[in-house]
Amino acid sequence: MSVLIDKFDVFAGGFWLTLQICVLAAIGALILGAVVAVLRISPVPPLRAVGTAYVTVFRNMPLTVVMFFAAFGLPALGSNADFLRIPGLDAIFTRLGTDLPYFRFALIALVLYTAAFVCEALRSGVNAVPAGQAEAARSLGLTFGQNLRYVVLPQSWKASVVPLGSVIIAMIKNSALIGFFGVVGDLSATADQLTSAEGYAFVPVAIGISIGYLIMTVPLGALLDRIEKRQAVAR
Amino acid sequence: MTTGEPLIVLDSVNKWFGPLHVLDDVSLSVGRGEVVVVIGPSGSGKSTLCRTINRLEPINSGTITFDGQPLPAEGKALAKLRSEVGMVFQSFNLFAHKTILENVTLGPIKVRKEKPAAARERAMALLDRVGIANQADKFPAQLSGGQQQRAAIARALAMQPKAMLFDEPTSALDPEMVGEVLDVMTSLARDGMTMVVVTHEMGFARHAANRVIFMADGQLVEDAPPTEFFANPRSERAKDFLSKILTH
Repeated sequence: MSVLIDKFDVFAGGFWLTLQICVLAAIGALILGAVVAVLRISPVPPLRAVGTAYVTVFRNMPLTVVMFFAAFGLPALGSNADFLRIPGLDAIFTRLGTDLPYFRFALIALVLYTAAFVCEALRSGVNAVPAGQAEAARSLGLTFGQNLRYVVLPQSWKASVVPLGSVIIAMIKNSALIGFFGVVGDLSATADQLTSAEGYAFVPVAIGISIGYLIMTVPLGALLDRIEKRQAVAR
Repeated sequence: MTTGEPLIVLDSVNKWFGPLHVLDDVSLSVGRGEVVVVIGPSGSGKSTLCRTINRLEPINSGTITFDGQPLPAEGKALAKLRSEVGMVFQSFNLFAHKTILENVTLGPIKVRKEKPAAARERAMALLDRVGIANQADKFPAQLSGGQQQRAAIARALAMQPKAMLFDEPTSALDPEMVGEVLDVMTSLARDGMTMVVVTHEMGFARHAANRVIFMADGQLVEDAPPTEFFANPRSERAKDFLSKILTH
């Protein structure tokens, strides 16, 4: 077990990289997922079709395939995802600015994939709001956007937060794939480096990595439980 | 009571829910200031009729005209029309996350762009009128059914509508709360509001309505002043219906 102490800096570096991509991907997926959810519940049929098509594609494709397309398809199309080199943001998340853009490709894949699930979590919340609420808002003359903003979304949030949390926890675990698509040094890639290249025993390394993921996921789960309990009291 | 051209005109309106013909060639006109009460057995299409007037239910054929304009399709124009037609639901549908006062001011502030202070002042006057000004800062779930329905009426009135639609406003209420809601509706009727009221309250139909519409199986079967309708219903369906509800 000495590897946990001797190579603490390697674990810590892997943890930090995984945390970075997860924070960025969570923000991206929440924004994109919200947009897709609005498309899916919009009163305009073509917009609904776009939203439904998006969810159908990205919810039903394995993440590995999405990552393949991002890491190999985007360069083939001539893009190295430079639009993600957001000034200021790339100073905090330094990997956004590197010339080998695998971090950015992996981020895109995670966002695209997770957004489909975020959309459905948000939509399940919207469906949990009684239809009469939206009807009352419409009959006052509120537009679709106002209806969502002032009546439906503030109430749907309560029903969305727990499934949303599950989606984000799943995303953190899914991020373990990025090491196989060119991102050097994330938490799960640490295992490969320490066991294959440096000859450490596998089990202690795997324990160390598990702890790293649990540090991210367990507090998130506990936070969700608390939010849920508070709602149960308020209800 | 009636002056000038009618406010609401339905012409040969048809609507199907799948194979079910819920509105069968319904034509009806409601004059300004007129109070029309729609009665009939459940499943007769009376709620659907009420909901087509502000297009909460789209129709399959026929035309509906409000204040001289045909009902617009979805979009800004429809939102504007709806803001001019107040609607009161069986299940109140007050916004559960907003206080009573916020429920009443939401429309004026967001749709009519009124100043919040002015909207609040008018909302309080309306809540006072329906007798629940002291409940303004509570949430809907903290009020009784009768109070909630009166708040819902105040919310609709805050938009200063040209007409009010009531879709079975007292059907979800405990019996002792029916009276307080009907009192508010009666005073509205006296003040000259154009009203279409779907209800089972025959007392209200008798004393507040200008006309009673009897519907059965999606068809408009009778259209008569209340005294005439209750004394001498012409159709067998209406006689049958009245004999069932008036014996108790």
